[in-house]
Amino acid sequence: MDDSKAIFLKDATVNAADGDQRAFIRKALGGYYTNRDLQKARYRDWERARDAASLAKWSAVNDLANVLEKFVTNFERNGGVVHWARDAAEARAIILKIAEDVKAKAIVKSKCMTSEEIHLNDALEKAGYGVVESDLGEFIQQLRGEAPYHFVFPCMHVKREAISELFTKHLGTAPTDSPEELTMIARRHLRQLYIDADIGITGANFLVAETGQISITENEGNARLTAALPRIHIALSGIEKVVNHLDDLSVLLPMLATAGAGQPMTCYNTLYSGPRKKGECDGPEQFHIVLLDNARTRLLADPEQRDALHCIRCGACLNVCPIFKNIGGLAYGTTYQGPIGSVITPHLRGLKQWNHLSGASSLCGACTDACPVRIDLHHHLLHNRRNAAKESPTLFDRVFHNGFNFVISRPWLFAAGGRVFRATLPLLQKLPLPYMGAWMKTRDLPKAPSQSFRDQWKNKNV
Amino acid sequence: MSDARSDILARIREALKVKAPKPHLKGEGAPGKTSTVAKPWLPDGGDTAEHSLIILAEQLAKLKAVFIRVPDHAAAAKAVAELSASKNWKKVAYHGHDLLRPVAAALSCETWEADASFEKQRLEGCDAGITTCESIVAQLGAILVSSASSGGRALSILPHVHVVVAEASQVVPDLGASLALMKARHGDQMPSMLSFITGPSRTGDIERILVLGAHGPKELYLVLIG
Ligand code: SF4
Repeated sequence: MDDSKAIFLKDATVNAADGDQRAFIRKALGGYYTNRDLQKARYRDWERARDAASLAKWSAVNDLANVLEKFVTNFERNGGVVHWARDAAEARAIILKIAEDVKAKAIVKSKCMTSEEIHLNDALEKAGYGVVESDLGEFIQQLRGEAPYHFVFPCMHVKREAISELFTKHLGTAPTDSPEELTMIARRHLRQLYIDADIGITGANFLVAETGQISITENEGNARLTAALPRIHIALSGIEKVVNHLDDLSVLLPMLATAGAGQPMTCYNTLYSGPRKKGECDGPEQFHIVLLDNARTRLLADPEQRDALHCIRCGACLNVCPIFKNIGGLAYGTTYQGPIGSVITPHLRGLKQWNHLSGASSLCGACTDACPVRIDLHHHLLHNRRNAAKESPTLFDRVFHNGFNFVISRPWLFAAGGRVFRATLPLLQKLPLPYMGAWMKTRDLPKAPSQSFRDQWKNKNV
Repeated sequence: MSDARSDILARIREALKVKAPKPHLKGEGAPGKTSTVAKPWLPDGGDTAEHSLIILAEQLAKLKAVFIRVPDHAAAAKAVAELSASKNWKKVAYHGHDLLRPVAAALSCETWEADASFEKQRLEGCDAGITTCESIVAQLGAILVSSASSGGRALSILPHVHVVVAEASQVVPDLGASLALMKARHGDQMPSMLSFITGPSRTGDIERILVLGAHGPKELYLVLIG
């Protein structure tokens, strides 16, 4: 068994049995459901808004080369510098090179999942730069030395007592159990760091081709500070983030906030078009953007699942997913957790090692219903299961499916098999069945009926 | 070795040779595609100026932003001066704008027109920052500031309190209208930063409990003239 799968199964089993932690997660999400429904009710037609959002993303993704080129032309016209990275290593090298060129010492980051994807912090720290995550949740996870639990709510699984201890240990502050006081500790600590940093690294939620602007969505103001105070701004973005028109944001920004966090809009939705302009009194001297492929084009090449690139990373699919709520975000072992992570990770990192995530779904479809851009998430999980079976069928797949095919196409054999099975079922109930351990641990075999369904039908017993 | 740009663009063009079907739309008909058409399926922003102002007031209250309506410029200056006195502000930074100079002049504390230089530390030490804005979006209670209307990027985010002084005529019904207005006003010479501010800075990162004043301003005031 591959490592990633073994770890997943172990973590999932442990977490699903942790009733306290599950109750904590459910409670934490409680307010989200209420607020989301209140905000959704303000839409005069949520379904049409979803249509518009999915069309906006569809038309950009399906014309990606042209739309990207247009974005790049306009971005450069605004005075920004564009870098292209085929994979994670290239993206890291580009950012390290910029840091070296500008003789940076301290780097401050606002939340950027793409940087988690390319393990940027490790690379920067190895090269000797101090890197601080400024989003409160990311800051806490960085101190904990742990990956984000949820790509929108990074430390939603951590209790306030643990955060207080963490701050006492690392920042030397007095213990407190008030979320407000804890937030203020981080606020005071980080303020000076923005001022001292040479480079601010952010992500991007949308790249607007029409104007060459990038759009960043946040609540805390840390991304605003990260792009205002340091003398260099670097944005790292996947190539699929581009949209055609500025006006597309009038649909996407509110929907991102409503679906993902139950807000009308997040606190700050900011558009950047270049470094400090002539006549402006502050802002960075240089503005770089790194456009990352890292296997996104592989997903693009699959027309059936191409719409997974429409994702605006709102996190709604995680918040409603029964699997996520039971096993937690860390068990996935991926940058992107939950249903969308289970769909795209096999494309980004290989179906063979990550197909087990396709099974991390009850196929209830809650994710598909929640998605503001209408990605057909639960069907894609099925598609991945099918593709994995096609690509490298296990021995069980082959024996079972060929055997089943053989039997089902011969009615007499099917009937005879049924008779044998019914006769031997009481015996099977006593034996430990090979390969069935995990399934049988919490289930009993049913009692065998005396007649098959076909016999009952024939004898008019039904 | 070919460069990354042409490689990635070639990969994309290759991948897109097979077409994907259009998304399956479920709303009542396809959305209008011209970009200036108001979108009647989004949250309502009001169809008259009066209506928009009512929605704006509701939204701002829900966002925990403080909405102060005043009849004229003199009343605006008075309102900000009272605020400053009651909160005991010692240092206030403001954007050098005709609308704001009289407001700053009416304050009894130390004031500083922050446009000329970029002194981060000094700005951090200010109790409040006063700016104008580009427009105000009734639909969402969002205030659009820019590096042009707000004395750069930091003045509206670094001080602990943000005060916006604006005219009632700057209220637009929805987000689409405010974006269209920016394009009309600035064309392809947009200020390097535009920011929709929707309430005071906040976080829910600790147990998903709402806390105001994460990294940006803890308090947000909109003083609307007219
Ligand atoms: S797949 Fe849809 S619901 Fe999930 S994060 Fe992406 S946009 Fe949100």
